[in-house]
Amino acid sequence: MNRSQPLVLGIESSCDETGVGIVRGTELLTNTVSSSMDEHVRFGGVIPEIASRAHLDAFVPTLEAALAEADVTLDEIDAIAVTSGPGLAGALMVGVCAAKALAVATGKPLYAINHLVAHVGVGLLDPRPGGAGETGNGPALPENLGALLVSGGHTEILRIRSITDDVELLGSTIDDAAGEAYDKVARILGLGYPGGPAIDRLAREGNAKAIRFPRGLTQPKYMGTAEEPGRHRYDWSFSGLKTAVARCVEQFEAKGEAVPVADIAAAFQEAVVDVITSKAVLACREHGLTNVLLGGGVAANSRLRQLTEQRCSAAGIRLHVPPLDLCTDNGAMVAALGAQLVMAGIEPSGLAFAPDSSMPVTTVSAPAPEAAQTAAV
Amino acid sequence: MLILAIDTSAVASAALMSDDAMEGVVGSFSTEDTRTHAEVLAPGIENLLAEAGVTGADIDAIVVGVGPGPFTGLRSGIATARTLAHVWNKPLHGLMSLDAVALEVAESTDAPAEFLVATDARRKEVYWARYTLTAGQLPKLVDGPHVGFAADLPDLPAYGAGAGLYSDVLRADPDFSEEHPDALYLGQFALAKLAAGETLLDSTPLYLRESDAQVPGPRKRAL
Ligand SMILES: [Zn+2]
Repeated sequence: MNRSQPLVLGIESSCDETGVGIVRGTELLTNTVSSSMDEHVRFGGVIPEIASRAHLDAFVPTLEAALAEADVTLDEIDAIAVTSGPGLAGALMVGVCAAKALAVATGKPLYAINHLVAHVGVGLLDPRPGGAGETGNGPALPENLGALLVSGGHTEILRIRSITDDVELLGSTIDDAAGEAYDKVARILGLGYPGGPAIDRLAREGNAKAIRFPRGLTQPKYMGTAEEPGRHRYDWSFSGLKTAVARCVEQFEAKGEAVPVADIAAAFQEAVVDVITSKAVLACREHGLTNVLLGGGVAANSRLRQLTEQRCSAAGIRLHVPPLDLCTDNGAMVAALGAQLVMAGIEPSGLAFAPDSSMPVTTVSAPAPEAAQTAAV
Repeated sequence: MLILAIDTSAVASAALMSDDAMEGVVGSFSTEDTRTHAEVLAPGIENLLAEAGVTGADIDAIVVGVGPGPFTGLRSGIATARTLAHVWNKPLHGLMSLDAVALEVAESTDAPAEFLVATDARRKEVYWARYTLTAGQLPKLVDGPHVGFAADLPDLPAYGAGAGLYSDVLRADPDFSEEHPDALYLGQFALAKLAAGETLLDSTPLYLRESDAQVPGPRKRAL
């Protein structure tokens, strides 16, 4: 196997995007994505079974398109990487089974990869000429790095000491993901799906100070102090916020008044973005993190980017935002992390691993089980 | 003709079948349980090929059971079969999974002329189909596959784990009360049909049930 500039094919199916990406070392060759988002619109959120059905039908066409765009053949590939968790169990299963079959059919080594760490892996891809955004330092991750991941499926702050074998979860949501809260509130406000872009747009016309919504898990009993941190010092909770928005709308309706939808959207967005950025910056400061990479689909949110930039720079933290198509779920990030694992000499995962819908970030890639070679009955 | 058959509509199983081999079987494996498909299927197929000393290039076609069966497990086999067929550039055929049990029944000594095959559909229901049998011929599917309550099925001898599970309301054959669709019989069925020049199904899964998603109704207004 070429361990210096490995050609790696990455497969992603943890939510509603079927992604196949191909990288050579840190060079991005293709990022091909097929989304089932349109099929979820009428339900106001991702329906796991619909996503899983779509993955099954999208995989082979997406694979073909990716190989064609990268202009490489499967023979030339050095290794295959696949998201094995965290994510929707049924959706993960499709990508994992397809990846394993690909490994059997080609004889190539397979890496079972952590989706959250892969979001950070895109920071290692070479900046694209003329591409939007920048990763700052090219193909080496900066020192003292944190990652703030915000999407419809997850909300986390990570510390990355080594992307191949030392990642730590500092905080995460204890209930809804931030993107999920956007979807639910958009539904309450009658703004449609996906909620993020709709609320972001409308919020610009509203007064964020008109209403004050709660910031979850910010009370002293949850926060504690830097010396004696509370249990949820760096964690988030968005389900109470969603309820508060619903109450607020009901109160206007009960009084027979017009619901100030734009103000509510702006105030909701401010509550989400305020609590995300303040806790993320706090976690960074208290862990000596001087660089933060923003990832996940909600990185597209204009207010989140603005306030993150503002608060990071005030705290002396450098913010890195990859191009948006690499922030949302995709196969290129899986390939990018796979390439790092190959270059670091990490052993592949074999064929016997199970997808893990709650794979911890401390597991960057599933280790090959000892019985991997003899697991077949 | 060498085919690789895969079925994950209940347990995970795969078989290499050839019309040159004894009883058609070159090699096969199947799991006991219905929840480890993603772990065992690929290593199992890899072993099957290694033990038979064949590679993808030697295989003439891939056959996959397209259900009905629990969705996640069913997809694991179809995703595997589609990917293998695509990479190896081989024809891919689908076969209704209950056919595998029907063939097993047909090959038993006292098979009736008309019978049901039923597998576990969970949620207190079964997947089922009705077959007729003429001596010397493959079992003929005459109704189904369907999903429904065991108590609503036609009054006929019933075979398969779905019958065993509801033997209180079905005329379950005790010798077949734990039988699941197996790639071995599926492969045999496919070889026979292909030899007879019949066309098989494509690999579209037979889910039989919708995705269960509810379109949310309008939010109730507070009055
Ligand atoms: Zn993600």
